[in-house]
Amino acid sequence: MTTRTLIRAGLGGLVLLLLSLLAPLPVQAADDNALRAALPTLRTAGFTEKAALIENLVQLPHPRVVPLLAAMAGGRLYYRAANDQFVIALNDAAEPAIEDAVTGAALGQVDKRDLERISANNRLRALIENQLAGLGLASSDPVQRKAAVEAFLRNPQTEGAARLRERQPVETDENIRKLLTAALALVELGNSDAAIRAQAATALSGWTQPEIRGRLMRAAADDADVHVREAAQKALAKTEFRLQLLSWAETLFFGLSLGSVLILAAIGLAVTFGVMGVINMAHGELMMLGAYTTWLVQQWLPLNWSLPVAVPLAFLVAALVGIAIERGIIRFLYGRPLETLLATFGVSLILQQAVRSIFSPLNRSVATPEWMSGTILLGPLEVTLNRLIIIGFCIVVFALLWLALQRTRLGLEVRAVAQNRAMARAMGVRSARVDALTFGLGSGIAGVAGVALSQLTNVGPNLGQNYIVDSFMVVVFGGVGNLWGTMVAGLSLGVANKLLEPWSGAVLAKILVLAFLILFIQKRPRGLFPQRGRAAEV
Amino acid sequence: MKKTLPKFLPWLAAGALALGSTLAQAADTIKVGVLHSLSGTMAISETTLKDTVLMLVDAQNKKGGLLGKKLEAVVVDPASNWPLFAEKARELLQKEKVAVVFGCWTSVSRKSVLPVFEELNGILFYPVQYEGEESSKNVFYTGAAPNQQAIPAVDYLMKDLAVERWVLAGTDYVYPRTTNKILEAYLKAKGVKDEDIMINYTPFGHSDWQSIVADIKKFGSAGKKTAVVSTINGDANVPFYKELGNQGISATDIPVVAFSVGEEELSGIDTKPLVGHLAAWNYFMSIKSPANDAFIKEWHAFIKDKKRVTNDPMEATFIGFNMWVKAVEKVKSTNTDKVIDAMVGIETPNLTGGVAKMLPNHHLTKPVFIGEIQADGQFDVVWKTKDLVPGDAWSDFLPGSKDITADWADPKIKCGNYNTVTKKCSGQNF
Repeated sequence: MTTRTLIRAGLGGLVLLLLSLLAPLPVQAADDNALRAALPTLRTAGFTEKAALIENLVQLPHPRVVPLLAAMAGGRLYYRAANDQFVIALNDAAEPAIEDAVTGAALGQVDKRDLERISANNRLRALIENQLAGLGLASSDPVQRKAAVEAFLRNPQTEGAARLRERQPVETDENIRKLLTAALALVELGNSDAAIRAQAATALSGWTQPEIRGRLMRAAADDADVHVREAAQKALAKTEFRLQLLSWAETLFFGLSLGSVLILAAIGLAVTFGVMGVINMAHGELMMLGAYTTWLVQQWLPLNWSLPVAVPLAFLVAALVGIAIERGIIRFLYGRPLETLLATFGVSLILQQAVRSIFSPLNRSVATPEWMSGTILLGPLEVTLNRLIIIGFCIVVFALLWLALQRTRLGLEVRAVAQNRAMARAMGVRSARVDALTFGLGSGIAGVAGVALSQLTNVGPNLGQNYIVDSFMVVVFGGVGNLWGTMVAGLSLGVANKLLEPWSGAVLAKILVLAFLILFIQKRPRGLFPQRGRAAEV
Repeated sequence: MKKTLPKFLPWLAAGALALGSTLAQAADTIKVGVLHSLSGTMAISETTLKDTVLMLVDAQNKKGGLLGKKLEAVVVDPASNWPLFAEKARELLQKEKVAVVFGCWTSVSRKSVLPVFEELNGILFYPVQYEGEESSKNVFYTGAAPNQQAIPAVDYLMKDLAVERWVLAGTDYVYPRTTNKILEAYLKAKGVKDEDIMINYTPFGHSDWQSIVADIKKFGSAGKKTAVVSTINGDANVPFYKELGNQGISATDIPVVAFSVGEEELSGIDTKPLVGHLAAWNYFMSIKSPANDAFIKEWHAFIKDKKRVTNDPMEATFIGFNMWVKAVEKVKSTNTDKVIDAMVGIETPNLTGGVAKMLPNHHLTKPVFIGEIQADGQFDVVWKTKDLVPGDAWSDFLPGSKDITADWADPKIKCGNYNTVTKKCSGQNF
């Protein structure tokens, strides 16, 4: 189950639910004026006064209070000077559709520069989240109630505690009751009576949530009473080992995730450089083309569908450009690695500047679809969903490429040409065509990698440059011409990097990995898994 | 032979005419140099500033030019290549004989052109916030000094958000290192303990932020309100913010205040997960003032794209250009020494309803705003300084530069690196 995303989704749902609950109240007409009267002060007030106003607003029995506050927290509550009214914008466009904040009547579209935002700062947003959560405690849906308590856990303020206390004895769901107990104990940690504080600290032992542990750590360090400090320390010690294990698991996951990105970036190169022996400096730019394809697709398709469509399209675009490069330039330079390197470096500069001229030098904003954002609980470990999906994607791409090389006619021909060109030609393999298709395959995979990268980093003209060195590093380390080597190399470099990072810092970690690689190549010039047999000797 | 000669003559005459007319034209225009990268890694930020200068030149010409002459922009492309910046600066000053140059973004490019401007006695307007510790006779710094951005931002976090634990995260180069050194000294002076400060540097273009964000999350879960002060530069911001969003760190948990993230950078990100994170600048596009509305309108008309945003370095370019125009009008000449002397004390309106004044240390007075990121990629001002803050070239919080001041107006000092204790000018040794 996702936790944080759930809280947010839960809050959204909560608002809807409360709306449906409160809508049929008959007092509405009379209270419209009360609500309307409360709003002008909200506009002129400073943030501290606003906080008091919000607490008053929550007390008003009016169905529009909840959407109004939610809009304020989301920065969508505006004052429209032209008509002297308060409105809620329904979207973030430059000319959003608006509705009346008090009645909810639709008011058409206006230019955003004619509206004045009723701003909220972080403290107010936390307060609103907390207050709305308090209202959600009465919900009949356990998911909503859980979200409400979790929202409270994130901002435990004594003001909202009364509602929790009322709820706790009548709560039927076992897990939510436990959570409520913890939330209340968290509030009691601020009690003036030391005995109650010590009791609360003991009650909180065993919880691993950062919000709870944070408060305990604070109590363990600064509490005035020695018994409270001891109780808090004991409560903390109980989860210490478990957290240590979790943090190792987390580092391992980070390493695997970095590794999978390295593999994705390098695997196309493993085909063009590894199998064909072409040093393609424009490999990074082919990834960039894949990322731009994703952006273009997102301009036309709804967000949730854009990525599945972008993957084959990016493959196609990058593969076609790759074949054009091979037919136009590289085929004249086979057997001359230095010239190939320089020529493809030139191609990479041309592609970069072309993108700059066509799409502008500014980065493009590629959005992350809903199903790829947030975190997910993998056992006890909280991992980010987009990384998990990219690891899976990497495995699929690797498997497909391996199958293509091992189980298809093209794959057979590719391997034959790679091993012994003259013999393959004698057997009737059209080596020129195979060269073009192999290069297209490697380039296409680079394009596919670009789709994955668009979810992690900037989509801009420099995207490729940032990955080209890493890609070559992985292929050389793994052993040229060996797909499995690329896989193992990518994963081990990723994990090594992440293991080093916490104690050496990101800058030094990168240097250490590079230094290790240089030494390793000195010792084993052919990489981890060198190709054996006669082919390797040619 | 007889026939070829008359055929050849008209061409020669035409050539001579054309040459004559360009010479005549050159005498009638004042050349304005534009030294911003249009290709390479920095093109993303600097291209906009080139367009801004072109827009300002255009507008000035529509008003009738300057001193009765038309302005002519000379654009060169230093291609994000630091040594090339120096070469192009030399080309602008020696070959093109420009009266003034607007240019540079990164500190290293400024350091690279500095000796050229001093040797050839040119004028450079530098429009980006920077680390301070510099003041040259030939350079006017229209961006923020650390005391006009970093220090007020930290004050805001400390007082209004009650932050007690600090993460100083930056890219590994001169601006973040110097700024963080100043901030660390400032925080310690305010009584923050060593264990409550975490300093982290990452390489340029760092894209895998997983473990650093996890570290920040851990550091921030010690029960004290934690904030990140980010001097992360350029492209690395996008994956950093994406990772923050993915790991569920919202601005209500751990706010991030950034010094290098403006409207333009946000236009390349999906900002929904970032709502509430902060930035400190001297200008925001969302600030309502007649001058700002007019500037935005002019920009949209010039660039022919209503979606383009405006940002702080654009305002700094705007102020610098107007100041230069005023100074030239005041002395009725584009002579470098005369203009430099006239610059100090010049006042022009800024875009947020205040007045920018050129100080004797070649820095400006500026208001400081703290803005929160909104879902539409704009900032909402949540705090601002009551008065204008005068730019301080040499930080008061660094032991080495505490006693140093810069003053180009006082005839007794006339120095950018003057030690008030030993009463000595160390010249241009920065």
